[in-house]
Amino acid sequence: MNESLSRRHFLSRGITGFSAVWASAHWPALVAAATHAHQAAKSAAPPKFEFFTTDEAREVEALAARIIPSDDTPGASEAGVVYFIDRGLTTFAVADQKTYREGLPELQARVTEMFPGVSKFSALTPDQQDEVLHSFDDPSQQGQSQRRFQSRPGAGNLFETVRQHTIMGFLIDPDFGGNRDGVGWKVIGREREHMFKPPFGYYDKDYPGWEAVAKEAEKK
Amino acid sequence: MAEQPRYKTTDEVDFVIIGSGAAGGVLAKELSANGFRVVVLEQGPYLTEADFTHNEVEILKRCQLTNHPELQPTTFRKTPQDKAKRHRGFVYGRMVGGSSVHFTANYWRFHEIDFIERSKVGPVPGAALADWPITYPDLEPYYTKVEWEIGVSGLAGASPFDPPRSKPYPMPPLPVKSSGVIFERAARKLGWHPFPAPMAILSQPRPGRSACVQCGFCESFGCEVGAKSSTLATVIRTAEKTGRCEIRPNCYVHRIEINANGRVIGAAYFDKNRVTHLQKAKAVVVCANGAETPRLLLLSASKQFPGGLANSSGLVGKYLMMNSGPSAIAVFEHPLNDYKGYCVSRVLHDFHELDYRKVGFCGGGGLDARFDLTPIEFFVLNTNGYAGLPPGTPLWGKKFKNTMAHIYTRCMEIVGHGTSLPVESNSFSLDPDLKDAWGLPALRMTYRDHPDDLKLGTFLHDRIMELLDVMNPVQKWASPVEEQDFAYHLLGTCRMGNDPKTSVINADHRAHDVKNLFLCDGSSLVTSGRGQPTLTISALAYRAADRITNLARRSEI
Repeated sequence: MNESLSRRHFLSRGITGFSAVWASAHWPALVAAATHAHQAAKSAAPPKFEFFTTDEAREVEALAARIIPSDDTPGASEAGVVYFIDRGLTTFAVADQKTYREGLPELQARVTEMFPGVSKFSALTPDQQDEVLHSFDDPSQQGQSQRRFQSRPGAGNLFETVRQHTIMGFLIDPDFGGNRDGVGWKVIGREREHMFKPPFGYYDKDYPGWEAVAKEAEKK
Repeated sequence: MAEQPRYKTTDEVDFVIIGSGAAGGVLAKELSANGFRVVVLEQGPYLTEADFTHNEVEILKRCQLTNHPELQPTTFRKTPQDKAKRHRGFVYGRMVGGSSVHFTANYWRFHEIDFIERSKVGPVPGAALADWPITYPDLEPYYTKVEWEIGVSGLAGASPFDPPRSKPYPMPPLPVKSSGVIFERAARKLGWHPFPAPMAILSQPRPGRSACVQCGFCESFGCEVGAKSSTLATVIRTAEKTGRCEIRPNCYVHRIEINANGRVIGAAYFDKNRVTHLQKAKAVVVCANGAETPRLLLLSASKQFPGGLANSSGLVGKYLMMNSGPSAIAVFEHPLNDYKGYCVSRVLHDFHELDYRKVGFCGGGGLDARFDLTPIEFFVLNTNGYAGLPPGTPLWGKKFKNTMAHIYTRCMEIVGHGTSLPVESNSFSLDPDLKDAWGLPALRMTYRDHPDDLKLGTFLHDRIMELLDVMNPVQKWASPVEEQDFAYHLLGTCRMGNDPKTSVINADHRAHDVKNLFLCDGSSLVTSGRGQPTLTISALAYRAADRITNLARRSEI
């Protein structure tokens, strides 16, 4: 896993960009935070899998690669999502272990059912893989748009679980064990910085500054 | 600097404060600065800036900073006739500083109307609308005090609908975002009055605190540089410097103990190892939020108070209000990059006070331009809805990825915030079956929006659609206006009033039934305002501290 640069950028810029009084007052705390993040990053993607067998990892990686495919831009594979998921299953997602352990054989059964003689999802072509995945589609999940936190995300369904974990592993702050080299953020256009300065975007760059309506009317 | 004292549980301190959020933190500072010995019992951990991260999985999925749906499960039903089902109905900050640590930091004052709406509009069928025992002018000095003591960015006089204020904001507004510019231009074309959002986030540094560094992780996250004016970053540190205030984290209070005379003698809590202690105190101030405060009173039922402590009115837990409001998302041609920076830069209050007879419902609201979705929230961490994605977007594969790549930097939200009317059956009560991880009865939430709240929701939705028409985005979609089953704001459940039959506390925040018990937090509110209640909660706490100090000094507690 790559070292976390964003924190260190943040720290070095924190000194030049803000009052020395503030920086010195906060230096020990900031160093502690950065060290913590760095430790997390170092331990985030172990060279070997903690939960998955090599075979399972290959299947999960293949699944993730259909959820966020690699094309002219990086996908789940380049982001190292499978490592994030593996680590997640021994930390934040322990409760989902069963979903993976029981779900993968079911997936493989579906593969054999649809493509007799083939026993592994990862052995299919991408188009065949998509065909298998579409057989799990839940039409009731389409077209809804509600604000978050309404209830817990549904679990127990292997594909939905892998889907959620894949997106998390693709988009999480690279300090925390996924989104290798920040490739997920590159795809969505999020700059890998820890702090920003205005102007932020296209529509505020030419903003003339706040003017009360009455003054505007006077000008006209 | 004075060290934090470590009181023994057998020491009868002057005050035990339960909860350290927007109210508890303020009371801790004021009462300890006034010379009293204070113990603050906080159920959550004591985290500081060094502990806060942008780790979306830890914070949003594992609930690092909030009540936890596995440890503290809750149930929900729409009406008292229904059987409640397990459901996560609300979220609150569970750490030193409470919800003021993880909130978005919108910092609106209530307006004059919010205190006297019952007198203005008369009775509203199906709602127990009441005037407050205090008015806006009573609270104005305390609004100002909060804004100056903790640090609030804003521009006085920018909204023609603002109530009178005795002082401007202590610092200028934060820089405008693209969402704010688009919103401001469109609203002005409609003849409305957008203004720079008042935010409890520093636009200028203060001693020991940085100005906002625009990292983009406000809502749901703790601020790593102390720019968000939580009670943690402000008054709690001052309280600690008095040398008279002990902040005791990881203490889950489960019972307020009384003696034979019906006076409170202290608070019983589980420590981190689930060992029970009783902290003795001359008086107890409960600031545990609009869900946990009524729960604690109900858990403290006794022979003397069979229906729950301080509940002779039967109103503990009732009149739950949570504000309501529709929302919409718009996608534009060029990047707004609204993920950068704090959430809300422009607000409008043109619909704050509506003519009841003309619109046919009681209430009002405001609209804001915002972006409050971190990357994972945007694409996945929102249950069956995919908050940032247009309806009908494929949820995986190439089309999904293309949408991801295009939409994140190019969209903004418009969110409405409005009145919830107080309805008696909307409430928190103890679930008869479900227990939390400590074996205590779980909270049961009963809630169904008053019909006027839904009419207001439709009204605000229509205004949002008007705005969107003028903004002319490439793509837009709105959430349907529907009955709510989830709350960020927990209000009204131990309401303030002069009549012990129709309220739980008096205007001094003293429980009508128990002389040395005070309640101050969202539960004290008589009306919901139009949204963004945190400033009002902190202002009430400053005022309560003055009242309680005077009572204590006159030996009237």
